Amino acid sequence: MKDQTIICRCSDITLEEIRDAIKNGYESFEEIKRYLRTGMGPCQGRTCMPLILREISRIKNQPIDSLSSGKHRPPVNAVSLGAIANQGGLSHDE
Amino acid sequence: MMNKAEVVIIGGGISGASIAYQLAKKGLKNIVVLEKNFIASGATGACGAGIRQQWGTKLNCEIAKMSCEFFEKANEVLNYNQDIEFKQGGYLLLSKSIEENKQFKRNIGLQNALGIPSKFLTLEQAKEIVPILNTEGYFGAAYCEKDGHLNPFHTTMAFVKAAEGLGVTFLTHTEVIGIQVLDHKIRSVTTNKGVIETNCLVNAAGGAAQEIGLMAGVDLPLYSERHQILVTEPVDPILSTMVMSFSGNFYCQQVPHGGIIMGRGDEKEPRDGNINSSWHFLDEMAKTITQLLPPLKNAMVIRQWAGLYNMTPDRQPIIGPVDEVDGFYLAVGFSGHGFMFGPATGILLSEIILKEKPSIDISPLSLNRFKTGALIYEPSVV
Repeated sequence: MKDQTIICRCSDITLEEIRDAIKNGYESFEEIKRYLRTGMGPCQGRTCMPLILREISRIKNQPIDSLSSGKHRPPVNAVSLGAIANQGGLSHDE
Repeated sequence: MMNKAEVVIIGGGISGASIAYQLAKKGLKNIVVLEKNFIASGATGACGAGIRQQWGTKLNCEIAKMSCEFFEKANEVLNYNQDIEFKQGGYLLLSKSIEENKQFKRNIGLQNALGIPSKFLTLEQAKEIVPILNTEGYFGAAYCEKDGHLNPFHTTMAFVKAAEGLGVTFLTHTEVIGIQVLDHKIRSVTTNKGVIETNCLVNAAGGAAQEIGLMAGVDLPLYSERHQILVTEPVDPILSTMVMSFSGNFYCQQVPHGGIIMGRGDEKEPRDGNINSSWHFLDEMAKTITQLLPPLKNAMVIRQWAGLYNMTPDRQPIIGPVDEVDGFYLAVGFSGHGFMFGPATGILLSEIILKEKPSIDISPLSLNRFKTGALIYEPSVV
């Protein structure tokens, strides 16, 4: 895979940036998330998380199942503030 | 792992990183910071990322101003190869009553006397700054253009990298499990990875500060309270300023990357260290913000999180020595504003540890105030 391949589609983060982050000491999914915003977008890491874990595993030579996928945070899907505020009585102008 | 250190600092958040940096800058060698997870993994990393100088007590104003002036040049001073994302878009505080207007005016008088450029605004003037604001139910506003936003993770890393460059060791995934005190003196710290002998120990443990105090036999007047936050998907610039209300119990700011961050507190929270997110918060926050800033009804919520405010009875931090235990220092109880006070915490506590002349006399913030009863209540907290 080329270094310029986009790994995180929400935040436009490339494989090269992920590899640099790991080499610079950001060695878990949670740390890379705070450093590069990977997993902070609408997909909540569904795309980038397995790819990033694989890179950590490869570079740090650790089995992938020993790595944490980080904390999963609500909501599962993006939802508008208006829909939450009007739950049970959807507004008509949307 | 090393078995001896000149200074051991517990907590790899903004306070610990800033204290370590300042001590190292003053020439101290062999400084170790212990962090049970990773850098900024606790309260610092979960904070609302706001920076303000509009406080109601003299010391909070002075500490906030000193910190803000540091942030203005932090990228250069700390020689950080990324960006701490400091954006001074101002803080607009909204009042819900005539009494709160009076409090704002008292605070502004104090702030202006200390050189903080805050001012009182009518609701019409407030709407000029935030055109999407629905002012219904509010009575007035206070505004300071020098307040703003800062990226908590990058700011902490900037201190960490600068401190490492000066020889400080950061041991992450290293949890303190015991503190040994003999003849009222700090002797050593036991971690899950071994023992470190030291005569100087700093408690900068944020949400865990109370537990660390108890390990040294010191019962600190602290408790940790959950505060929740949500963030929306990035949108085009719509809100240049932080909008906040103490009586309305909310703050809301668009951060440089476009997401809109908002949070509120709940004094009835059980004090059990819980940092999970709740549906109740999401519901209350959405109702409050869609009424206050109606166009945000279309903004998509993508993530919720929570962190701990480490609270003191007067909502001001405890910074200074513990008289009963020689060599034990505190930087705790920031009551929700430890991140924005970070630079001053490092400067002021390092001066106390090295017995230098203080830049600001913070002796009223020592632990002793809870014995003498000289509390200084801070009125301005969400």
